[in-house]
Amino acid sequence: MAAGKGVKLYGMWASPAVRRVEWALKKKGIKYEYIEEDLSNKSFELLQYNPITKQVPVLVHDGKPVMESLVILEYIDEVWKGNPILPKDAYERAKAQFWASFSEDKCRDAVRKVYFAEEEDTKMKAMEHLMEIIRVIDQELKGKKFFGGESIGYLDLVFGWMAFWLGIAEEVASFKVVDSKKFPNFTSWINNFINDPLIRGNLPPRDKTLEFFRNFRKLHLASCK
Amino acid sequence: MAREKGVVLLDFWVSPFGQRVRIALAEKGVDYEYKEQDLINKSEHLLKSNPVYKKIPVLLRDGKPISESLIIVQYIDEVWSNKAPLLPAEPLARANARFWADFIDKKVYECGTRLWKLVGEEQEAAKKEFIEIFKLLQGELGDRKFFGGETFGFLDLALVPFVAWFYAYETFAKFSMDEECPKIVAWAKRCMERESVSKTLSDPNKVYEFVLFLKKKFGVEY
Repeated sequence: MAAGKGVKLYGMWASPAVRRVEWALKKKGIKYEYIEEDLSNKSFELLQYNPITKQVPVLVHDGKPVMESLVILEYIDEVWKGNPILPKDAYERAKAQFWASFSEDKCRDAVRKVYFAEEEDTKMKAMEHLMEIIRVIDQELKGKKFFGGESIGYLDLVFGWMAFWLGIAEEVASFKVVDSKKFPNFTSWINNFINDPLIRGNLPPRDKTLEFFRNFRKLHLASCK
Repeated sequence: MAREKGVVLLDFWVSPFGQRVRIALAEKGVDYEYKEQDLINKSEHLLKSNPVYKKIPVLLRDGKPISESLIIVQYIDEVWSNKAPLLPAEPLARANARFWADFIDKKVYECGTRLWKLVGEEQEAAKKEFIEIFKLLQGELGDRKFFGGETFGFLDLALVPFVAWFYAYETFAKFSMDEECPKIVAWAKRCMERESVSKTLSDPNKVYEFVLFLKKKFGVEY
């Protein structure tokens, strides 16, 4: 394959991990070509660039691929030095990376458990667990507009999926955990985040996303039976 | 070795994740206080240092805790940057190392656990998956001396502690890593020539005994 110059991003419109990379690219002012993938019929190029996990997002920089959204964020930060995303201090960076892994492992898992729960009992337990997790996030946000302080930083980009896709999950799977009385800091953060100019123009359309995830959930539950 | 002030490691002897950190500290020549943890009756120290996951390893430097083995290793690499660089310097190579380390984290231990926890068809399926995972890793290694190229690095360190578990996995799931992934076995031997690795990894027989203990505990036939 000829190594073209420049930046390409292979993505899927509904994917939060893909949007995360787009927000980072925008924050850095990096121009890129976006290629939409049909995940039920993956392109030859995607499979060539990422034969291991075959997933999006894949960032291709001067013909060389980088996979996994958090790895891509660190890569972008190391190559394009302006508008730094991650903290410079080693300890602060380790703390940020820890919270990022908390988002990807514990938070995602907790949301999935509620989202895919079919029995009331299971669902209630899963909701309680998820609210415990949100409580932790709420505490972290105390006294802050964003995780990054006054402006969007690394952890805002990392947790950004919760600002939009958690609401989608709530509607699709009929549950409610985002409570402004219980979690005032988290709820304000959601509003600040989705209304920020960096994010506002770069979220998928709500109705289309609801439909997509309704189908996705239906298919997943059917395949488990 | 210069004694570094206030470096403490909360760990569990057989943990491959803890061993990653121990290898990194050894490579860098950092002296530290090792504190073996009881994972059934967790100490106040552990619970305070890692309240979110309550897991080992936790590295404390002057009382400030860092959790998650690969995050700890990257921190160590940055702070003690004067010796034995673990991550490559070039951003693309770093991204590649991080990607594969993440792959190892998501796949190896979980699949390995299924090898001894399950029996019959489910164990067979886990075995196929385990071999597939290592064949992919073997492909990534290619004909290089280490995953890091000529020098032992981040990705080698991320994977090598699991080598001590091969004997247990092979015995319980009835297969041979030497037959299935000879390049990985050869790579493992090269890693073991390094003192940081050979002094850290558990004796495979001890790992086997430990897995036997876990099997009894979980009521898995053995």
